[in-house]
Formats: sequence, structure tokens, C-alpha cells
Amino acid sequence: MTGTPTAQRMAEAPPARRVTLAGVLRQPLLGPLAALIIAIVVFSIITDSFLRPQNLSLILQQSVVIGILAVGQTLIILTGGIDLSIGAVAVLGTIVMARTNDASGSFLALLVVLVLCALIGAVNGGLVTSLRLPPFIVTLGTFTILYATTQLVAGSATYQVPDGPLTVLGETFRIGGFVTTYGVVAMVLVYAVAWYALSQTAGGKHVYAVGGSPEAARLSGIRSNRVLMSVYVLTGVIAAIAAWAALGRIPNADPNAYQNANLETITAVVIGGTSLFGGRGSVLGTLVGTLIVGVLRNGLTQAGVDNLYQNIATGVLVIAAVALDQLARRRNR
Amino acid sequence: MTETISGTGTSAATRPVVPVLEAHGLVKRYGNVTAINGADFELHPAEVLAVIGDNGAGKSSLIKVLAGAVVPDSGELRMDGQPVSFRTTRDARAHGIETVYQDLAVIPALDIASNVYLGREIRRKGFMGSVLRRLDMPAMRKDSADHLADLRIGIKSVSQAVETLSGGQRQGVAVVRSATFGRRVIIMDEPTAALGVRESGQVVDLIKQLRDRGLPVVLISHDMPHVFEVADRIHVHRLGQRAAVVRPSERTMSEVVALMTGATEPTERERAGGS
Ligand SMILES: Nc1ncnc2c1ncn2[C@@H]1O[C@H](COP(=O)(O)OP(=O)(O)OP(=O)(O)O)[C@@H](O)[C@H]1O
Ligand SMILES: [Mg+2]
Repeated sequence: MTGTPTAQRMAEAPPARRVTLAGVLRQPLLGPLAALIIAIVVFSIITDSFLRPQNLSLILQQSVVIGILAVGQTLIILTGGIDLSIGAVAVLGTIVMARTNDASGSFLALLVVLVLCALIGAVNGGLVTSLRLPPFIVTLGTFTILYATTQLVAGSATYQVPDGPLTVLGETFRIGGFVTTYGVVAMVLVYAVAWYALSQTAGGKHVYAVGGSPEAARLSGIRSNRVLMSVYVLTGVIAAIAAWAALGRIPNADPNAYQNANLETITAVVIGGTSLFGGRGSVLGTLVGTLIVGVLRNGLTQAGVDNLYQNIATGVLVIAAVALDQLARRRNR
Repeated sequence: MTETISGTGTSAATRPVVPVLEAHGLVKRYGNVTAINGADFELHPAEVLAVIGDNGAGKSSLIKVLAGAVVPDSGELRMDGQPVSFRTTRDARAHGIETVYQDLAVIPALDIASNVYLGREIRRKGFMGSVLRRLDMPAMRKDSADHLADLRIGIKSVSQAVETLSGGQRQGVAVVRSATFGRRVIIMDEPTAALGVRESGQVVDLIKQLRDRGLPVVLISHDMPHVFEVADRIHVHRLGQRAAVVRPSERTMSEVVALMTGATEPTERERAGGS
């Protein structure tokens, strides 16, 4: 504990991880996590039904589709973009899945939708990288096109999907007294894989670099277009998984379902602390953000609050989250 | 005719050397602005070449061409006498050229170790690395910490984000990155601009070490005492061109400043690029 020798050794030793209050407060995940815990505590107190296992299980199941899509949205937002088409891709996915299933079976249905969604992602990515168009405009365009295409493909009908591989993500199993679905497991897996890829691989670092400081990334020899392209294609793949999970949840492909999915994923990402300016945030934050929205909606329903007030509450939360992000950025400058 | 062995850092003026890196007739225009106006450049083996010039003279633009960050409108580049062309910074890096850019080119939100290894990360050995592509963060942290310790830039932990560092510390990170990976040429664009007296001295020492290892260094600096301390030759840049190359032993600081501003004319030999 004395004098310079120790100090010198400290400087040379591998960095020790010390937990400080300032360090904890700088953790971007902390705010969303606190909000989630507060919401859970409040609803447990003001309603009797909120904390029941079947209600908690319901919240998770209700979060699956938006939760999975929000992973793709996180990837895009981390690159400094935004994806307004993600929900429409998934809805088109459900219709095509159901119709292909009728014609040629479930295996081909899954494969076709996977390839289709990846291709749509590639189109988005191609327009963003090669023509240098703003992602907002590109995905607004594809959203409009996809919405109309979905209506054409569906012919204003909905398609019932028979029980089988396409609905497997809706099947339940129990862990102890807690009943949940394979869809929830799929969601957790998507988050785990995305977390690993973003934090433990070079590709993940490059996503942060391209989104946070595109010029520095270019000077550092990162192929930004490749990074962007992979992110958009991956997001397409994630939308396909979400389409599969959606048929598990409601085995009826409806061209008018998930109308607000785009905005709900952005809400989850932003509430989870990921910056709309790119380069900052995490999928774990998005998971917490998804759960916050789920808990808020469910809890307010349990408390007998009107749907419209729920929307107002979510809107306030989004603005608060973005304001906090701005404040944090200003402090860092 | 004196014969000297290259690599001692004192190549004789009379003996033609093959430059490690050279450029002829570079031109780069941005709309109406001509940033590089027919510039030449020559870097000899194992020398420190200082590049000096007024603000806006085109020094950064010149080295960005050498680093592959800017593709010139015309002109040619050679390494070891062989024509090369760099479309991206990756091409220049592949030729062993490392650069500290004036604006540093670090990613503020990423940690120090990730910044040092950005674009050439180390993966774990075996299955984890080859199939699961997992990064070897401990190795990257240890190496960057060691290199930073060599520079004696006081940084608590290489896991901290670069945005939590001071301007000088950030510069240290960029300098360490170039010194770690440079195999043939190291280019530093004002690497000491944000550094304190002690830290600047450390960077100057590092530049000398690199030269002694046989690595030529291009140093852009406005700090004349440092330039005269460390440079073997001085490339004076003016109005987008090389105005002269002088030897610090043959000119005083005020003479060099006069050359830089155009107040005096260089000798024929200096105008032609020295040796
Ligand atoms: N990307 C660009 N677009 C437009 N003009 C540019 C660009 N880069 C450089 N220039 C112009 O080229 C000229 C030379 O700039 P450069 O940065 O090379 O000068 P410099 O010698 O490095 O100056 P300093 O000492 O201030 O760093 C300036 O007039 C600048 O405005
Ligand atoms: Mg400059």
C-alpha cells in the first residue's frame, strides 16, 4: 500500500475491474433496468393479478414478435440507420409462409420466407450502400411497396395455418410452475446470438465503428459497405424468424396485422438506451426496452386503464429516453 | 563519391538512394479548391522526414494520398521504385504503411484495445476463434497496455472507452496503433498537437526509436524545435506543392520558416528535392 513501487506495478499489471459508483452510473443499461423494476413493483402493488405466473408468462409471449424484430432494429440503428420496413417484411413473411405451406409444405415455406426476407434486407442494404440514400427514405419506400405487395399477395384474405412446424413456436412447455412457449425461447436465443456477435466478434465492433464514426472507420480500413450490407441482410433473416414466431402466437396470417410493429421496435430500441445517432447501445438494452413496453401495456390493462392512455404513456417514455440520450451525449462532448 | 550503407540514417547526399515511398506530380482538387497542386514527395530508408507548411498548405491532403485515404486525380506513387496504387487505406496498410491522422480516426465509443486493433482484431485460438469468431480481448488488452506503457501515456485501463480520455491520451492511442502495426512506413500528422511537454517528448523519442529500428517516419508538425531535433530532412510544403527539401544541418529555423512562407527562395538543389 505504500509509495511508488506499488503504484508502478499497478500501472503495469493488467487492468483490475473496480466497481465505482461513477462507473455504475455510466452503465447505459442501468436506467432502463431501473425503469423496468420500478414498473414491475408499481404494478404488483396496484393490481392483484400482475405478479401471477400466468400473467408474467403472458407478458413474455406478447413480447416475442416485437422483441425479435427489435433485435434487427437495434442492429440497423447501431449503424446510424433506421428501418421502417421491418414490420412489413415480417407481415409479408407470414402471408407467404402460409400460402407456400398450403401449396408445398412447411419446410419449403420456412425456406422460401427466409430467403425472401434476406433478399428484401439485401435490397434495403444495397440502396443504402450503393446509392448512398438515407436509410429512412429507403425503408419508407420499401415499407410502402411491401405493404401494397402484401395486400396483393393476400388478396384481402387471411390464411389459417394448420398446427405443425409453422406453429411450433406457439407451443407451450413448463419449467416448474411457469408455463412458456418455444417462441419465448426463440426470442431469448436471437438476443443471445446478437449479443455475442455484437460484443465478442470483430464484426460487432465494426458495426459500432461504422455507426459511431463512419469516417474514422473508413480510415481504419473497415469495409463499411460490407458491414452495412450484412446488417441489413441479417435484419431480413430476423424478420423471417419473427414471422415464424407470429404464426406460432396467432396461427392466422393477416395482411393487416402488426401495423405498428415498425414504430414499436423503434420504441423498444430507444427505451433500451440505444442512441438513434448510431454507434452506441446494446441488444440487452433493447430486451429491457421490449419488456418495459410489455409490462407497461399489460400492467395498465390490469389496472383498467384505457388502451389510448397506454399509447400516451409509451410515447412519453420514448421522448424521455431520447432526451436522456441527448443529455448524455452533450455531457460527453 | 562517398559510399554509405543505407540504414544508418545518414545516407550521403551524393549517392542516389531508392526511396521507400515516393510520389510525383500528385494533383487533388475539391471543386474549385486545389488541395494538391502537382506535389512531389520522397521518403528515404530509415529517415525521419518532417513535412512542414502553413495551415492549408495541403500537408494532410498529401499524406492522405500516401495513406490511401484519398485517391489523387493524377500523379504516381512508388514504393521501393515500383509503381503502386492505393484505392483504400487497406491497400496502403497491406504495404506496411501506418498513419496517425490529424483528426486521429479513433472510435470514441469503443474501448482503447478495440481501437488499437480495429480492423485487424486477434481471434481466440481453436474452435472458439475459427468457428465462433470470438475475439481474444485479453491478448489485445495486454498488448495495447504494454505499448501504451512504453509511451508512458498515463491510462488507467485499456478497457475504458476512448471518449473518456483526454485529447492527448487519444493521440497516444493513435500513435501506439501506428507504431504497433507499421512495417514499412509510419506517417504521423501532427501527433503531438494536443500533447503536454513531457508526452510530446515521449512521442519524439518513439519516432527516434522507430527510425533506429530502420522504419522511416513522416512527421507533420508545426513545432520547429521538435522538427529540428528529430528530422533528417525537412520537406517544405507550400501552396499544394513541395517548395523545397532542406537539411536541418544546413539551414536555421528562421530560414526554414522564411522558405515556408515564401519570404526567401530555396537553392536549386533544395527546390529539386535535396540530394
Ligand atoms: N475533403 C475536402 N473537401 C474540400 N476541401 C478540402 C478537403 N480536404 C482539404 N481541403 C482543402 O485543401 C486545402 C489543404 O488542406 P489540408 O488539410 O491538406 O492542409 P494542411 O496543410 O494539412 O493544413 P493544417 O496545417 O491546418 O492541418 C485546404 O484549403 C482545405 O480547405
Ligand atoms: Mg493538416
